[in-house]
Amino acid sequence: MIAIVDYKAGNLTSVRLAFEAVGAEVRVTRDPSAVLSADKVVFPGVGAAGSAMANLKSMGLEDAVRSSALSGRPFLGICLGMQILFERSEEDGGVDTLGILPGTVKKFPEVPGCKIPHMGWNQVNGSTEYYFVHSYYAGLCEWTDGVTEYAGVKFTSAAKKGALRAYQFHPEKSGPAGLRLVREFAEC
Amino acid sequence: MLTKRVIPCLDVRNGRVTKGVKFKNNVDLGDPVEMAVGYSGGGADELVFYDITASAEHRPIDIGMVEAVAKAIRIPFAVGGGISCAADMERVLLAGAEKISVNSLAVRNPAIVSEGAKAFGSQCIVLGMDPVKSANRSCPCGYEVTVRGFREFTGIDALEWAKRAVGLGAGEIVVNSVDADGTRAGYELEITRMISDAVGVPVIASGGAGCPAHLVEAFQSAHADAAIVAGIIHSGEWTIADIKSAMAQAGVPTRLHY
Repeated sequence: MIAIVDYKAGNLTSVRLAFEAVGAEVRVTRDPSAVLSADKVVFPGVGAAGSAMANLKSMGLEDAVRSSALSGRPFLGICLGMQILFERSEEDGGVDTLGILPGTVKKFPEVPGCKIPHMGWNQVNGSTEYYFVHSYYAGLCEWTDGVTEYAGVKFTSAAKKGALRAYQFHPEKSGPAGLRLVREFAEC
Repeated sequence: MLTKRVIPCLDVRNGRVTKGVKFKNNVDLGDPVEMAVGYSGGGADELVFYDITASAEHRPIDIGMVEAVAKAIRIPFAVGGGISCAADMERVLLAGAEKISVNSLAVRNPAIVSEGAKAFGSQCIVLGMDPVKSANRSCPCGYEVTVRGFREFTGIDALEWAKRAVGLGAGEIVVNSVDADGTRAGYELEITRMISDAVGVPVIASGGAGCPAHLVEAFQSAHADAAIVAGIIHSGEWTIADIKSAMAQAGVPTRLHY
C-alpha cells in the first residue's frame, strides 16, 4: 500500500490517478498512523511552504512524514513536497522545514524574459523534459540527482538519498517520461 | 531551457468537440477524450477545454468529461466555460484539471480571480481575454476587451485589464484575438507582445494560427510563452510534430521527448 499524504497542500487528484494508471494500490490519507504503517509514502504538495508546514504541524503529520522519510522505506517528495524536505525555505518570510536534505529553498531571481513561476516543460540533466510549476528552488547539494536551469540558476530538479526520491517537477503530469518514474516508484 | 508550449484547444458543445470561425458555424470534430488522448500522445504540452455552451445554457461545466479526460491523459489541462464561483472551480480541480480559465466571468466579477488564486494558487487561475482592435478612447492600447464570445464590448483597455488581472492573482493570460480567430492568417502579434512584455506571468497567444511559422512568430516576435492551436491541427492539415519541428528549426525551444 502506498500512502499519499494529504496535508491540505493542493489537489491530489492527478497524483492519485497517475499511481492508479500504473496499477498501484494507493490511499490518500491524513492519518499519521496510516503514513507510518504504509509500505511507501508519497509526499506531494502545491502552494506555499509556510502554510504547508503549519498544516503538517496542526494535523499532527510532521513527525510521521519526517520519520517515514528517514525510515529507509521508499519515500517520494513531489514539488512543494520536495522543497519541504530541505532545511529551510525563504517563502512566507522564512520557515524552518523538515531538514532531511541540506540547504535553503530560495525564490528565483527576477531576470528579464524569465517569467515567474517557472511553468512548463524543462529539461532535467540536459535531456528529457518534465512539467514544472514553481517560484522557489532548491540549490544543488550532495544528494542532487537531476539538475535543471532557469533564470540563470542551476537547481535541484531531482534528488536521491537512500530510498528517498524527490522531484521538483510533476512526474504525474509529465507524459510517458513522468509515468515511468511513477511506475519505478510503485514497483521499487 | 524552458520550452515554449503548444496547446491544442478543444471547444466542447454538448459533449462533442466542435470548431467554428469567429465563434460561429460550428462543425463536429469528435469525442473530447479520444481527441485528448490523440493530442497528448502526439506531443501536445498541455490542453485546454472550453465548454462553450455551458454559460449560454446556464448550466455548470460537464464534470464527467473533466474526470474522463483526467483519467485518460498525463499532461496538464485547463478547463473553461460554465464556471461561476469558487465552488465550481474546486469541482473542476478535484475532477483532475490543473487550471481553470475564466473570461467573461472575471470581467463581470474581478473578485473571482483573487478568490480563486487565494483558495487554489495563482498557477491554477488562467485569465482568458478576447481583445479586439478598437478606437474607443477608453482603450489607449488600441485594443478593447470583449465578452460573451465577441457579442459585447466592455470599454475596458486590454493591456490595463491584463495588468489588473495579474495583480488580482491570475497566473497566466490567454490573449485570444477576436480579429484573428479562425482566420488562419497568424496570431495578433501586437497585443500579445504588449501584454507579454508588461506582465510577469506567462502569456499564451491564441487565435489565428494557420501554419507552423505562425507559432514561431508568436514566440519570437510576440514573446509568447505558449500558443493555442485549434483548426490548424483539427483539420489534419498540420500535426503537432510538424509544428514542433518548425519550432526546433527556428531555434525556439520545444519539448521533443513525448
